Amino acid sequence: MADDQHRESVAAPPATGAPDGHGPAPHDPLAVGLPPATAGASGAVDVSARRIRRDHFRQLMHSKPFLVGAVLLLWWIVCAIFGKAFSPYNPVNGSLLQFNLAPSGSHWFGTDSLGRDVLSRVIVGSRDILIIAPLATLLGTAVGTAVGLVQGYFGGLVDNVVGRIVDAVLALPVVIVAFLFVVAVGPSTLTLILVIGFVFALLIARTVRTAVLQERELDYIAAARLRNESGAHIMFVEILPNVSGPILVEFTVRLGYAIFAIATLSFLGFGIQPPTPDWGADIASSYQYLAAGYWWETLFPALAIASLVVAVNLIADSIESVLIQ
Amino acid sequence: MGEQVTGYLLRRLGLALLTLVLLSLIIFLAGQVLPGNPGRAILGPFASQHAVTALDNTLGVNRSLPAQYWTWVSGIVHGDLGMSYQFRAPVSSFLFPALGRSLKLAAVAFVIVVPLSIVGGVVAALNRGRATDRIISVAGLSLSTVPEFVSGVVLIVVFAIGLKVLPVTASAPAGSPVLTQIKYLILPAIPLVLILFGYIARMARAGTIEALDSDYVRTATLKGLPRWVVIRRHVLRNSLLPTITVIATQTGYLIGGLVVVETLFNYPGIGRLIFTAATDKDFPMLEAGVLAIGIVYLLATLVADVLYTLLNPRIRLVRAE
Repeated sequence: MADDQHRESVAAPPATGAPDGHGPAPHDPLAVGLPPATAGASGAVDVSARRIRRDHFRQLMHSKPFLVGAVLLLWWIVCAIFGKAFSPYNPVNGSLLQFNLAPSGSHWFGTDSLGRDVLSRVIVGSRDILIIAPLATLLGTAVGTAVGLVQGYFGGLVDNVVGRIVDAVLALPVVIVAFLFVVAVGPSTLTLILVIGFVFALLIARTVRTAVLQERELDYIAAARLRNESGAHIMFVEILPNVSGPILVEFTVRLGYAIFAIATLSFLGFGIQPPTPDWGADIASSYQYLAAGYWWETLFPALAIASLVVAVNLIADSIESVLIQ
Repeated sequence: MGEQVTGYLLRRLGLALLTLVLLSLIIFLAGQVLPGNPGRAILGPFASQHAVTALDNTLGVNRSLPAQYWTWVSGIVHGDLGMSYQFRAPVSSFLFPALGRSLKLAAVAFVIVVPLSIVGGVVAALNRGRATDRIISVAGLSLSTVPEFVSGVVLIVVFAIGLKVLPVTASAPAGSPVLTQIKYLILPAIPLVLILFGYIARMARAGTIEALDSDYVRTATLKGLPRWVVIRRHVLRNSLLPTITVIATQTGYLIGGLVVVETLFNYPGIGRLIFTAATDKDFPMLEAGVLAIGIVYLLATLVADVLYTLLNPRIRLVRAE
């Protein structure tokens, strides 16, 4: 670590890629998420990438929106994992005699129309959405990255055909596409993950394609072609590390949308199904009692969703502004 | 020059048509995957298999898929959207009134959000880096990520039930004057406004900052023009251009939001029509509704592209090369 400073100055300029041809070209400062194994091929590149990563991390730690988002998200992750252990009541089986109770000392958030403790349902309700949303986003990012790389690298007919299909599907809002397919296959966790992953893959493919188009013209790709490297090798070993910045940004932004879409579908009855505690489904079953004055049954799950999506988006926005300056 | 514009516009129109055809294929395929055959869905679980088969024959749903697709598409081209399974009446007699009501709601939302977010974005840009800027940016971003039904129920709790200043439903009693109708639409429009505000304000801010940093604005300032004149004459005009595109592309999100808002506020627009069709598995209605949404979106982006090209010849020339 002590000689980091020394080697950084050496690492900065060379523009034609690492000499052994396997290290990522250092022209791109967006080295976040670089797998250490690839970076290790050349010591100089490794140090500069690590330094940049450390810089980014420090910047994030000084960003107030990021910290607020991280604390909120952490809280909901704790609820998702350990919620069942510390929720004050059973979230699924309520006491039928104690229905529609207003918030009080024994029920902080009141009880719902089936006598279930709203606080317990809010705590445990974070679980399914925090499993489904990241899985769907991961699926979308993985598939979208692969499609975008192929589209951008090969161009031509492949690019055109995929591009038209992407355009057609994206003419519809995510919720509507999900509607069509969820109605066709029936609502289940797997359907939700597949449908949202599919739409996100198209969106992410678009971003990755644009990034790849810029990379394709650079010298290190021409060099790799001259070395007779295979298309797959160039796409996944040469280009991928250099477009990892936009992909990371895309992942965090899409995670926010995934939570948005899943909550909305659950509210409409096409997402997570009752009696599993879920914020969207809970709001759907309680909002018709709003006019009767039982506001707590709806308001607290609503605030929970709001805090989760805002948290994820504050994190996404901070990462984006650090990476793309 | 003129030929280039026409050429570009024609190509753009061709692409939109191609996208539309692909979209209709996707919708049709998704509709065909629907489980349970239509005859069974209409007649219910207790009808005899004989009756179900007979109805399937009448509806034409056991022909080959290309034949069904052709019937469907050529019907649409001639203005025949098919028969609703649920209501056994032409889909168009439900679709067009619903679309009209949704446009009314969307119009109220746009009338509120466009001036509000442009002013917000420009004010943020003029105070770049200061607290005002950060508050507008972070609040706009946060609000635009909260699902419409979440902000909707919070608004209902506060304004309809707590303060009792606005009605809970969106539909004014029949025969109400226009102003009353608008009053009923304000509360449902606000969740849509909150979603859109962040995006449009962000674009307006970025556009304004770019214009503020440009050479021609520096020249205008150095010439000694008062700040307000510089902003009005040189900054605003250039910063609003990209905003047009965003407004158009956000129409798509807006319609997605309508499904939720209309369900929440019990407003009989296109969103609620699609929601009910999906719940009832009324798939001629569902397909037509989804296609209508796609067409509205494609039209909106087409208009935005054309406007952008006509207003900004620089972009067109670069693209044409």
